Amino acid sequence: MIRVVLPAHLRTLAKIQGEVLLEVAPPVTLRSVLDALEARYPTLSGTIRDHVTQQRRPFVRFFACEQDLSHDSPDSPLPEAVAAGSEPLLIVGAIAGG
Amino acid sequence: MSRVRVLVGTRKGAFILEADGKRENWTVSGPHFAGWEIYHLKGSPADPNRIYASQSSGWSGQVVQRSNDGGTTWEVVGNKFIYDGTPGTHQWYDGTPHPWEFKRVWHFEPSLNDPDTVYAGVEDAAIFRSTDGGQNWAEMPGLRGHGTGPKWQPGAGGLCLHTILLDPAEAKRMYIAISAAGAFRTDDGGASWKPINKGLRSQYIPDPNAEVGHCVHRIAMHRSRPNTLFMQKHWDVMRTDNAGDEWTEVSGNLPTDFGFVIDVHAHEPETIYVVPIKSDAEHFPLEGKLRVYRSRAGGNEWEALTNGLPQSDCYVNVLRDSMSIDSLDSCGVYFGTTGGQVYASADAGDTWKAIVHDLPAVLSVEVQTLQ
Repeated sequence: MIRVVLPAHLRTLAKIQGEVLLEVAPPVTLRSVLDALEARYPTLSGTIRDHVTQQRRPFVRFFACEQDLSHDSPDSPLPEAVAAGSEPLLIVGAIAGG
Repeated sequence: MSRVRVLVGTRKGAFILEADGKRENWTVSGPHFAGWEIYHLKGSPADPNRIYASQSSGWSGQVVQRSNDGGTTWEVVGNKFIYDGTPGTHQWYDGTPHPWEFKRVWHFEPSLNDPDTVYAGVEDAAIFRSTDGGQNWAEMPGLRGHGTGPKWQPGAGGLCLHTILLDPAEAKRMYIAISAAGAFRTDDGGASWKPINKGLRSQYIPDPNAEVGHCVHRIAMHRSRPNTLFMQKHWDVMRTDNAGDEWTEVSGNLPTDFGFVIDVHAHEPETIYVVPIKSDAEHFPLEGKLRVYRSRAGGNEWEALTNGLPQSDCYVNVLRDSMSIDSLDSCGVYFGTTGGQVYASADAGDTWKAIVHDLPAVLSVEVQTLQ
């Protein structure tokens, strides 16, 4: 199972408590995880990536295994520890606004 | 007994204020959608318990919320606002072409007779329509496509379509306003649109009398006279009596004719309200005195309404969607400030009282009169 941690305001929007566990067929990529996340929680569609361009929203970041994956291709494999479920994928709202 | 429900959108959530017809004792619920910017909430005239709310943030984009029980519970509906065809470009602040990009919904205008039909005015400026209660949205492309779209330029707040007026007498006639493109009208249900800016004069654009480019802040209509519109432009208060074909200035004796809000009395179509703001550089009341100005003559002759409003050291702003009027016999007037106050008058503006003092900055105020 893939573990995903969402920022608080998106957990509230999707009515989620704690981590999300997702079944994702390999290869596990950012795109496949986000596709699975949005399929499970349609209210999150458009809040993490743009509906049309599928680009990450500018103030959203993707972290895992102490790495910033935000600028990686959405089709690159995620770290093995994420694919194995031992580490979560962190979807983070960037600090902004002072 | 009649009662009123005031829907307040703020920088950090929505609030719902309710009172009976006396409008003396208020209950406050909220924040709904805490932490999110709520640009606008509005109830359906056909079903007042159906409310649409525009929820957005710089982090997570646009969300649309819908309530079917007067704001007690909410559900997320569709947020896919995709421009029709190839979006093309408008002008950027520096005059260069800039691709149309959806940013947020500024204003919802529910249909007068169908709770599932609602119009959305968005940034970058366009109008969308949903006929299934907000689940799906389709652009009405005739507006951006009518010809002047590539010349439109954003105002300081963005290229926003912020005003939508539905003509109660002519089902296919609608008016919209865009900052800073101007006002437009359709007579065929949105298939085609034309600029209605003749008579507007704006010194801040190269041709002060241009067909488009005017920074219209707000337009208001009385439902008994849909051909008469009142406009608060960036500078100047204007009126038209022929559905926008020609505008005349009615700023008259206002101490400053800059401002954002304008509205019309519920029962007196020639009684209108504005809140003068010092200037485009200084977005606060002149002399630190928060004054609503009322004209009972449809403009030109204005009186200051100050009873109950702060008359010293007040430096708040009143944003364009932040005034609303109820339709009780003694007409109620409401407005919100960037300082977090919502002021109400139960006597058509003669006296005022703050319903709430300390909300986040108020972005919009809409009142519903309920039976």
